[in-house]
Amino acid sequence: MTDSKYFTTTKKGEIFELKAELNSDKKEKKKEAVKKVIASMTVGKDVSALFPDVVNCMQTDNLELKKLVYLYLMNYAKSQPDMAIMAVNTFVKDCEDPNPLIRALAVRTMGCIRVDKITEYLCEPLRKCLKDEDPYVRKTAAVCVAKLHDINAQLVEDQGFLDTLKDLISDSNPMVVANAVAALSEIAESHPSSNLLDLNPQSINKLLTALNECTEWGQIFILDCLANYTPKDDREAQSICERVTPRLSHANSAVVLSAVKVLMKFMEMLSKDLDYYGTLLKKLAPPLVTLLSAEPELQYVALRNINLIVQKRPEILKHEMKVFFVKYNDPIYVKLEKLDIMIRLASQANIAQVLAELKEYATEVDVDFVRKAVRAIGRCAIKVEQSAERCVSTLLDLIQTKVNYVVQEAIVVIKDIFRKYPNKYESVIATLCENLDSLDEPEARAAMIWIVGEYAERIDNADELLESFLEGFHDESTQVQLQLLTAIVKLFLKKPTETQELVQQVLSLATQDSDNPDLRDRGYIYWRLLSTDPVAAKEVVLAEKPLISEETDLIEPTLLDELICYIGTLASVYHKPPSAFVEGGRGVVHKSLPPRTASNESVESPETAPAGAPSNEQPDVIPTQGDLLGDLLNLDLGPPVSGPPLATSSVQMGAVDLLGGGLDSLMGDEPEGIGGPNFVAPPAAAVPANLGAPMGSGLSDLFDLTSGVGTLSGSYVAPKAVWLPAMKAKGLEISGTFTRQVGSISMDLQLTNKALQVMTDFAIQFNRNSFGLAPAAPLQVHAPLSPNQSVEISLPLNTVGSVMKMEPLNNLQVAVKNNIDVFYFSTLYPLHILFVEDGKMDRQMFLATWKDIPNENEAQFQIRDCPLNAEAVSSRLQSSNIFTVAKRNVEGQDMLYQSLKLTNGIWVLAELRIQPGNPNFTLSLKCRAPEVSQHVYQAYETILKN
Amino acid sequence: MRAPESKCTVERGGFFQAVGKAIYWALQLRGPHGLLSCLSLRPERTRRRITDRPRSWAQEKAADVENVPPVISTPHHYLISIYRDKLFFVSVIQTEVPPLFVIEFLHRVADTFQDYFGECSEAAIKDNVVIVYELLEEMLDNGFPLATESNILKELIKPPTILRSVVNSITGSSNVGDTLPTGQLSNIPWRRAGVKYTNNEAYFDVVEEIDAIIDKSGSTVFAEIQGVIDACIKLSGMPDLSLSFMNPRLLDDVSFHPCIRFKRWESERVLSFIPPDGNFRLISYRVSSQNLVAIPVYVKHSISFKENSSCGRFDVTIGPKQNMGKTIEGVTVTVHMPKVVLNMNLTPTQGSYTFDPVTKVLTWDVGKITPQKLPSLKGLVNLQSGAPKPEENPSLNIQFKIQQLAISGLKVNRLDMYGEKYKPFKGVKYVTKAGKFQVRT
Repeated sequence: MTDSKYFTTTKKGEIFELKAELNSDKKEKKKEAVKKVIASMTVGKDVSALFPDVVNCMQTDNLELKKLVYLYLMNYAKSQPDMAIMAVNTFVKDCEDPNPLIRALAVRTMGCIRVDKITEYLCEPLRKCLKDEDPYVRKTAAVCVAKLHDINAQLVEDQGFLDTLKDLISDSNPMVVANAVAALSEIAESHPSSNLLDLNPQSINKLLTALNECTEWGQIFILDCLANYTPKDDREAQSICERVTPRLSHANSAVVLSAVKVLMKFMEMLSKDLDYYGTLLKKLAPPLVTLLSAEPELQYVALRNINLIVQKRPEILKHEMKVFFVKYNDPIYVKLEKLDIMIRLASQANIAQVLAELKEYATEVDVDFVRKAVRAIGRCAIKVEQSAERCVSTLLDLIQTKVNYVVQEAIVVIKDIFRKYPNKYESVIATLCENLDSLDEPEARAAMIWIVGEYAERIDNADELLESFLEGFHDESTQVQLQLLTAIVKLFLKKPTETQELVQQVLSLATQDSDNPDLRDRGYIYWRLLSTDPVAAKEVVLAEKPLISEETDLIEPTLLDELICYIGTLASVYHKPPSAFVEGGRGVVHKSLPPRTASNESVESPETAPAGAPSNEQPDVIPTQGDLLGDLLNLDLGPPVSGPPLATSSVQMGAVDLLGGGLDSLMGDEPEGIGGPNFVAPPAAAVPANLGAPMGSGLSDLFDLTSGVGTLSGSYVAPKAVWLPAMKAKGLEISGTFTRQVGSISMDLQLTNKALQVMTDFAIQFNRNSFGLAPAAPLQVHAPLSPNQSVEISLPLNTVGSVMKMEPLNNLQVAVKNNIDVFYFSTLYPLHILFVEDGKMDRQMFLATWKDIPNENEAQFQIRDCPLNAEAVSSRLQSSNIFTVAKRNVEGQDMLYQSLKLTNGIWVLAELRIQPGNPNFTLSLKCRAPEVSQHVYQAYETILKN
Repeated sequence: MRAPESKCTVERGGFFQAVGKAIYWALQLRGPHGLLSCLSLRPERTRRRITDRPRSWAQEKAADVENVPPVISTPHHYLISIYRDKLFFVSVIQTEVPPLFVIEFLHRVADTFQDYFGECSEAAIKDNVVIVYELLEEMLDNGFPLATESNILKELIKPPTILRSVVNSITGSSNVGDTLPTGQLSNIPWRRAGVKYTNNEAYFDVVEEIDAIIDKSGSTVFAEIQGVIDACIKLSGMPDLSLSFMNPRLLDDVSFHPCIRFKRWESERVLSFIPPDGNFRLISYRVSSQNLVAIPVYVKHSISFKENSSCGRFDVTIGPKQNMGKTIEGVTVTVHMPKVVLNMNLTPTQGSYTFDPVTKVLTWDVGKITPQKLPSLKGLVNLQSGAPKPEENPSLNIQFKIQQLAISGLKVNRLDMYGEKYKPFKGVKYVTKAGKFQVRT
């Protein structure tokens, strides 16, 4: 007597038989027949032909039969809209039935039938049901509004259902409240701009009351809704948190995680000095740990979220390292996530345990897991300096196992360790070299080549090793080719006498035989560099590399803050904002953490600055791809480079060196040589008078690629102003200005001695500032400065100094010392010296980013009395690295869409509206760090008016 | 486990419920023959697209069912799945939905099937397809969960019994309730009204599982206790219970059944609740402070493989430690041996062992540990000749059971009942088991 019999009827006349049974007088037979129909439907047979017969069974007092017929209707109504109308009367009648179960069932089913004609008839019954005396009916009707909205949004609005739904938030029954919230949230999702869930302290209070009494699922809806609320001050935030914390003990993990989201978000508003803050931190740990003892699927989602939480607030779980230890029978997806979190929690206190675990994992069976464990050992070394030595010896042990993938993985991480602790562990190089032949993965090969190139002077047979790679040059992946090219150039610069031939060979392989533009360009650049100025080449190629930062693959802080608002959602599993993957172009509202607004403290001090607001520090985030010039300095290998400011600035200096000597001669000399392969590289000798020729085709590539470098004229330079009057500095007068030329920033100073004694021993120092500006070289005043003499100095700057937010943002405090005293002054630098050359965004990107940045970050300014036309504006701005991405003409106005990027990687997007004949322009700026907007505007003013 | 690809069929149409736009969910059934069937309920707009999807998903992931990640993206959907009792339960979603919400719900569906049919298998679902339909219909509306409490569902839809189906077919009555379940909207949705028993009983099982990782040298790397208190309450009327403990301070990381009054717990450390009717989990808790977790067994092991020879030695002895004077029984040791192991030739001093040369799993069914004569298993391991000596060391997985002991020391003090006049039978049972208890070698 089981239902499986329904699956076995495959006779030919089946439909016909069913029809007869459906029309049978016997109730039992009818019901059996409907069951068979449903079963057939289930396995995908087309039983739509039975529509009228099934609908005839609808008028019954047998609830089971009614439900089955409803099931059938929901399935087939769409394909048979005309016949579905037949059912409408019964539906309407059922909505008036004395049994609330039937009323609810009818309104629920009608909502699931996506046929316009039926939808029309749904409105009246739905209106009644929303006000039904029975809460069961009301809560069902609330969900039905959401269904109807999905079918016909306009109808729902016209009929005023949204208001009724809002009223239900104040319903006396908690389940009704929860469903109303759920329905409103769903509707709001498709109308991001509408203010459907108008949350205020009163409605929040109602929700919090309902929260305690409704079902677990209702609690999730309510908590998710609460998370969208921004309390007015820290007291309100705290009182909400207090009422939400009991949810952390709920048995349903989704409730727990939604509660964690609310708490993580509102915590942002609480002052860290508050006792309650500490209590809350303590309360958050146990529930998160408990999630890890649930089923593996739940664990996975929990771990992905914990990964975000430990990045945001590492203190919550810092003592819970052990729960993340991997069990051998965990599913692989859980293992990998646990490993990630272990590294994030690793610290000096627990590193011994962690390393012991990792070593254990490195001998497991699963290849992916083992690889990640080996990599993790390297990350520990980089993160916890005290452990570096042990990590390296552990890695060496692992290399001894000769398990191929372990060796390769180990070499990749050892390369990173070298980057972090140069000149410390080079003794292991010999061991690494022994394994050279077993490396078959590009990443490992590239890492090994990097090591050989970097330490060429200590490896006796470095040239042989590199030469051996050269044989199969064209079969290597680009990554390896680029690395090999750089390594050989390094080797050449270190041991020029023995390796001339080798370098010639690799340069010609890279430039002449390769189709890869990156490789060709890099080859040309090296070639030019070597032939023009070997000293400069040395400075560029062998420049001291910035140390890699401790934490790798951290999520960028603004994104992290956004993701914290999405705890528990798909976004938190994928670690991407919803806009990045939710399909269907539904407007997605960006969420951000609430700023801390304490009721009794001032907000201004920089330490307590709201973590939610995008700061201009942008610390320690690894750029996903080094730009081309970064490649040159081989900063590209492996992920960990510490932050964009570092990379770009050193690159800019490199670029100057590159072109300073080379360009004029390039342009002027010997054009006929172009294309000829007759380059003789005499790099060890002096700079050749005439340049080798292979620049021809490559040259244009070079300039195309880095259009910024191509613009020879630098940004606008303001005239020098007096920064430090002589009166204040015992006779030393300093005036100066800032310039930016082809990628390098400098401070042009004029020092005048107005005292009576000779001045010597000049030195300069900057205080920490918003963009990390710092002198790139010491202040060099070669001769003593005699009285009434002045000297002009151009002091190169970089942006790798320490960062501290200044007020105003572009304030720079400078200390100048000479043999007399130390003097202090402060000056404001124009922001445009920080606009980098690769600040041109492509159009798609521009559009996406523009949309992506929340509207409240948009700032509007007027630029008055500027006589230029759009063309001129565009070209003038371009020379200061404000790039016009697109231009449009709207109703006679020229709209320029422009982008620029600051040295610390902040993008600013601009829309400049120019009306012909009107000298006043409107400038709209959008930026994730809105505090720069004002200064960008000033930069526009300065550039356009001078 | 791997299904031959040619046999991977998805019956078109399938068995999924497409509910509104929010959650589309499908029951993915993976039978013992690797046959995939996808049964469906209400295929609406996205029928075609979705029914195609699980197929590729399953094929792609068929290699190792347990390692299928629970959240998978496809070009148009996200598939959130759980794997239980050799069945996949898959939910297909299109918009941002909390994955835990879906996963919890899917587990609830599986629990409900288990509860109704006694097992959660493809056969059980096929045998009861109409009830499955009716259940799903009651559990979910437009992506919003409706009734997931077993008490309420059972009032709406009666579980199948042979007797009932016979009676139904004679009398023509149905197994669907005609009245609104009483608990559905009250403040205690988990309890139905009008419960009546002739014998009023309340039983509590305190079950503790020890999760532990023991390293080579026998020291504890990690240990914690996962405890639950499962209740079986058969009490008439509306009883209001309070359960108190001798040492409630042990419980600082607890998850509660919704029936428990949180405030009472916060202030008095007493579990106060109106219970659901029947079996349910009252609380689950975790005790993790290292010193509180006693490790009841120790293992002496020596597993070695000789370089360049095709054999190795295996020697494992298991004995009691911190067992609080109770007997350790039901002991089983499972070892995943390295791939190169061909066979094992062992002698147990107690119990019996099996070695599966295909999965390389050694199972030693030890039974009870008597401290006078410690059970051991010794012998030779045959390796594939010529293969290099295995790199990885196998971990031992230990199962055991200790009756009448909660290893954390948790003890129920008393159970009081208010609101009803009768005197119930009361009982508390304790048991400690090994959870994920592994010993590294």
